[in-house]
Amino acid sequence: MNFLKDAGHLFRFAGLFVLAFLVFLVVRGYVVPKSFGEYGHYRGAAITDIAALPLKFAGHQACEQCHSDIADTHAKGKHAHVNCEACHGPLANHANDPASVTPTLPDTAVLCARCHTASAAKPKDFPQVDIAEHSGGVPCQTCHNPHDPMPGGDSATTAAGGAK
Amino acid sequence: MSLSRRHFLILLPAAAVAWDFVLAQTPEAAPNYNKSDHWWGMLIDIPKCIGCGNCVRACQAENNVPDGYFRTWVERYHVDDWNMTTPQVISPDGGKEGFPVAKEDAGKYFFVPKLCNHCADSPCTQVCPVGATFISPDGVVLVDQTYCLGCAYCVQACPYGCRYIHPQKHVADKCTLCYHRITKGLTTACAENCPTGARQLIDLKNPNDPIHAFLKTHSVQVLKPQMATGAKVFYNDLDGSVR
Repeated sequence: MNFLKDAGHLFRFAGLFVLAFLVFLVVRGYVVPKSFGEYGHYRGAAITDIAALPLKFAGHQACEQCHSDIADTHAKGKHAHVNCEACHGPLANHANDPASVTPTLPDTAVLCARCHTASAAKPKDFPQVDIAEHSGGVPCQTCHNPHDPMPGGDSATTAAGGAK
Repeated sequence: MSLSRRHFLILLPAAAVAWDFVLAQTPEAAPNYNKSDHWWGMLIDIPKCIGCGNCVRACQAENNVPDGYFRTWVERYHVDDWNMTTPQVISPDGGKEGFPVAKEDAGKYFFVPKLCNHCADSPCTQVCPVGATFISPDGVVLVDQTYCLGCAYCVQACPYGCRYIHPQKHVADKCTLCYHRITKGLTTACAENCPTGARQLIDLKNPNDPIHAFLKTHSVQVLKPQMATGAKVFYNDLDGSVR
């Protein structure tokens, strides 16, 4: 054991090294988020953070809970596959607090034209018209109920009232 | 047992490390959404798209996407009979307010909505140096914006151009497939607001999802299949000129 006679400085150095390693582990424990590595090389809690973001569009299921009368008309018409907020805009706030958040009626002049203006680029079987020629400036809802747009369906006058 | 001051000081950091491990194992509060039961994607039915821009507006409203940046956008292709390989592509303001009226002429027109392809083998997540972007266990490519440095490696790596650096937050931003909606049983904002059903959220792990029947009977493609990204946005009836 003669060779260990002068090895004390090596053990002191090894002790320092072990101490530094422990300090590293402690610092690492505090700096690295708890959920890092839960599912992979990323912070697992980020998934929950993103899933908790607020909604802007309530979804048509929420609308139909209260507006079942309009939902019935809508389900029978040609627009059955067009969801409520596609025209009425994001209304999750209204769904959460119907009394204080009241939606504004969409402008049919812009809204109807966006989809139904005739263009060679649109699918041939999609109903499209030259707006100026078709209506001559008369508002769309005079003849068409947006919830059931085929003329001769429900009367167009209920559309403005019904959409409130 | 007597503990000397010296031994106590040695044991202290070890105890701290042990306690940290205990904390790390505490499971988070689990809602009734099980990540391992889903594998999300999207179906784009090209013949149904009318280029109204509803999806782009809905996405910007739902996700506070800054003006001039897009998590989804719509392109209009015009392919001439005499030049199939160089289509003319326009996307004015991402197609947000629709497209100019096209006159009938030679060649064909069609719309191609684009968004993050939520690749199963995504090039963007592989290049992140800090683990800020990742594929969630249910197949959605997400960005941890508290971790992102804004180095933009991922923006360069995405072969589909679906990422951008947020002008105010200075971190990477992209489509989350409306993760905050689909985990609550809703569909994405773009699919919810598509008037023709051209965009549909699909869950490949759900055996009752109509996508399985659709894939059997339709000619469906992904974008840039040669890059082997495992893209999960499927395009029905996609023209060969689309890049």
